[in-house]
Amino acid sequence: MSTTEIDRQWTTRLRKRVAGKLPPEKLLPDTQPTYVSSWIYVFGVTTLAALGVVIATGCLLAIRGPQWWHTSSVGHFVNSMHLWSVEIFFFAMVIHLWGKYFMAAWRGGRALTWMTGVVTFLTSIATAFTGYVSQSNFDSQWISTQAKDGINSTGAGAFWNVLNLGQMLMWHIVLLPLAAVVLTVLHVLLVRVKGVVPPFEKTTEVAQ
Amino acid sequence: MTKAFRPDVDAPEWKGGYSPYDIVKEGIIAVVIVSILTVLLSVAFGSPDDPSITIKAWSTNAPMDFATTALSELNGTSGSAGYGAPYNNASTGQQLGPLRLAKWVGDRIPVNTVNDFIIDPLKSLPKQPALTADLSQWSSASVSARAGWVKNYSQAANKMQIVSGQLVVNATNAGPLPVMMADLFQMARTGALDQALVTQNGFYTSDYTLPLLFLADGTYLSNIAQKQHLTGDQWGMMNETGNYPGQAWLWLYTFWYQVTPMNSSGNGDILVWGIMMVLSAGLLLTPFIPGLRSIPRKTRVYRLIWREHYRSLP
Repeated sequence: MSTTEIDRQWTTRLRKRVAGKLPPEKLLPDTQPTYVSSWIYVFGVTTLAALGVVIATGCLLAIRGPQWWHTSSVGHFVNSMHLWSVEIFFFAMVIHLWGKYFMAAWRGGRALTWMTGVVTFLTSIATAFTGYVSQSNFDSQWISTQAKDGINSTGAGAFWNVLNLGQMLMWHIVLLPLAAVVLTVLHVLLVRVKGVVPPFEKTTEVAQ
Repeated sequence: MTKAFRPDVDAPEWKGGYSPYDIVKEGIIAVVIVSILTVLLSVAFGSPDDPSITIKAWSTNAPMDFATTALSELNGTSGSAGYGAPYNNASTGQQLGPLRLAKWVGDRIPVNTVNDFIIDPLKSLPKQPALTADLSQWSSASVSARAGWVKNYSQAANKMQIVSGQLVVNATNAGPLPVMMADLFQMARTGALDQALVTQNGFYTSDYTLPLLFLADGTYLSNIAQKQHLTGDQWGMMNETGNYPGQAWLWLYTFWYQVTPMNSSGNGDILVWGIMMVLSAGLLLTPFIPGLRSIPRKTRVYRLIWREHYRSLP
């Protein structure tokens, strides 16, 4: 096989493209620009850490099935950890989002990074909502019967039935977390590729 | 010719210094701290788990509410009976201007409140001579005969009573309905109706559409929710039972339900969804919306975020 033929392979081209866009020193950097020194930067990694704890506690709940936490004190405690990690996750994510807004973090070709972040936020809301309606207790009865009217009014309720526990549970533990994780990975990789947005230049403050 | 620098779109190239950054260490420390915080919050506050409401509990604790709701399912005046899509075509449903989204999609989750909530559950009962005869009479009757019975039963139901745990309606010319509705009432109080409503599609099921619609048509569920501050006018969508933060991130969605005309319009839900769709699109497309993307630069909040950087500048 000639070198030219190897270079034309999809695998070779993909590897070169990935290596060009995201060399190891960008993927796992050991330095950062000096302007990255504010407490606000903590909330991005806190969101990621909380997502990890959310997934871990969700997996623990999955081991014994959806009814376990109603009948076991251990199960109830795991459910509590799942709940509070979700609260931390959203708290950190919302601060991260506002922080990035006030940094205008889409500048310098980072619009896709911003957009994947927003879609991840919206996907996370849907993921949390399906969790609330999958609890199989009074909360899930009330929230699902209230939420159905909003979703039905859009026409989506015909396909996405919030009163169908099985459908909501599947979306909560498979489809939406998968989407949220894929989006998060994409978002983080884009941050690594483009780097953290630099500050506004002093001269641009009064421009336009 | 070089393109002009747009401060809300372009970013200056960083020509300053770099400092050491241990991303792996930072990540691991974050996981440890979040894990500890999660455990502490769980130990301190736990999580709510109020048991679900059963139709058995509803018909026992609020028998008149159950009986009048069952009547409304029979005579087509319940919320579910007149809902429209996706359950039936009894009404147009909500619309956003000329857009009738729900109606266009159609009744893809068909619910017939008479058959699904009353007749089919009664058919699942062990054979009882009187009930079997009454169900047979109902199924063989004409549409007009059934309508006449329902009308006469509904009128007499104004004086509905619960006597010794039995539903009593002294209706005349109501055909099989007095026996059928009394049996449905007994079925509810034994818990058999809970089971019958979820097993209509077979032994294994995870679809609670029917019992939840039935429950939501009554006032028992909403009265309990109101005591827990969960109703729509109490910012209920974002709350949960007990003193827990709930889905606080839904505050903006819930906010619109407190505002006129959404809090009183028959199209309130689709109006709120329309607003949230526009706002979500705005958030998503912020980098491309002039004015919105300039707010960060003009408000200068970033001076606080990067204060050390600006302090270091000459």
